Amino acid sequence: MLTPAIEACALTKRFGEITAINDVSFVVEPGGITALLGGNGAGKTTTISILLGLLVPTYGTVRILGHDMVRDRYSVLPLMNFSSPYVDLPHRLSVRENLRVYAELYSVDAPEKRITELAEQLDFAGMLDRKTGQLSAGQKTRVALGKALINRPRVLLLDEPTASLDPDSADWVRSYLEEYAREQGATILLASHHMGEVERLCDRVLMMRAGGIADRGSPAELLHKYGRATLEEVFLDIARNRTWADTS
Amino acid sequence: MTQLADLNAVAEIVGGFSRRRVLAMVRRHYYLLRGSLPRILEMAYWPTLQMVIWGFVTQFFMGHSSWVANASGILIGAVLLWDLLFRSQIGFSMCFLEEMWSRNLGHLFVSPLRPAEFVIAMMAMSLLRGLIGLLPSWVLAYVFFEFSIFSYGPGIVAFFSCLFVMGWGLGMAVIALVLRFGLGAESLAWVAIFAFAPISAVYYPVSTLPEWLQVVAWCTPSAYVFEGMRSVFIDGVFRTDLLFGAIGLNLLYLAIGAGLFAWSFARARVHGRLLQIGE
Repeated sequence: MLTPAIEACALTKRFGEITAINDVSFVVEPGGITALLGGNGAGKTTTISILLGLLVPTYGTVRILGHDMVRDRYSVLPLMNFSSPYVDLPHRLSVRENLRVYAELYSVDAPEKRITELAEQLDFAGMLDRKTGQLSAGQKTRVALGKALINRPRVLLLDEPTASLDPDSADWVRSYLEEYAREQGATILLASHHMGEVERLCDRVLMMRAGGIADRGSPAELLHKYGRATLEEVFLDIARNRTWADTS
Repeated sequence: MTQLADLNAVAEIVGGFSRRRVLAMVRRHYYLLRGSLPRILEMAYWPTLQMVIWGFVTQFFMGHSSWVANASGILIGAVLLWDLLFRSQIGFSMCFLEEMWSRNLGHLFVSPLRPAEFVIAMMAMSLLRGLIGLLPSWVLAYVFFEFSIFSYGPGIVAFFSCLFVMGWGLGMAVIALVLRFGLGAESLAWVAIFAFAPISAVYYPVSTLPEWLQVVAWCTPSAYVFEGMRSVFIDGVFRTDLLFGAIGLNLLYLAIGAGLFAWSFARARVHGRLLQIGE
């Protein structure tokens, strides 16, 4: 049996009196793309922060590729990466400089070759020597994705990966992520509000509401279960606490 | 769970060192400096100005004070060494603040970079920033006032190394506070060192202070350094007892600074501050 890529068990995070997530458990098998969906404040960012080891859970455990993220995170961090609109790359460094720094931090072999390769694949070769702060939001998103892929991660966590991209660029990035997951056998967990993106990319969906997992399954399973035509309708049912029985 | 995480975070401080990751962080801050002439000018501006002012003050006092006349370099030397301590601490703290301002901490601490590597890179950058800031003032002190701090022998170099190390200890304590209280505490990076100015006996001997304050002064490595500097300048004697006193206290300051940093880093992971802190 393969070691799960991500294994979250009874994750609970409290900030004083506020419970951000409560008893969240899920397993993500290696390979494929899983979506973490939920409205604002549902607990997606808290969950991703715990998966990354940036946040320590009040209770519960996280294992990434079999490694405990509280006790043993440095064994697995070289095999992971992430991108989020909540963190930036330094604006005063050029794109090339930023990617070079992260290539070194992740001990990437032949860093300049890898940077050139990513710049061509993600269509930012013409911006390599521009300051990161001078890029448009969409360009920054592509560069951030480049940083997230610099070490060819086996587990990739993405928060809103196509935020700020125009429909054409977003579609292009989705195709790239699909291809990356398939070719590298990588596991991608992405948080998104874009239901079309999730239907297209994801094999599995974890629906969060009020700090817990409200439902889970493949997009087809959820559509069938809630008797809806689109995942957006399923999302609204769950966000508004309408059960599949109410909708049938 | 939280206590276990605290212990693990402390263990992370000493584990799995990688020179490549340290150099990656040095590279990151070198890129920042290379791309910003105003930053470089700012670093050299104040030490140079201070040296010029105190150089003329020294020239004035040489005709009016037998004490200064007997040890002409004492005021300029004190200014240069005090600036060295200030530049060491601010250089260390600024590297961390740059990461906070650019909202980059989240990226850095999900990479394999360990806190100890981060700290060592900041020490290296503090050294580089300190030298960039101070070299012009050292050169000008020689050109205008014929004063070279190096003419007093290797002992003085040992003393100013102690000031660099003290700056790192204080720098770690400052960034621990910034991690704990957020960017609201960033002004501490600029002012914290000045709490040590009166008790470091920069321009006067420790014996000038009230007796109870002398006890406090002898708890700072800088007081040993400035007493040692005066001993070299006035009596031409290099006092190893003062050097060892400074080294011993520096080890304590470094240990306290590292402990505070490890603790506040662990707390930041508990409270989620590594993602939230930024402009």
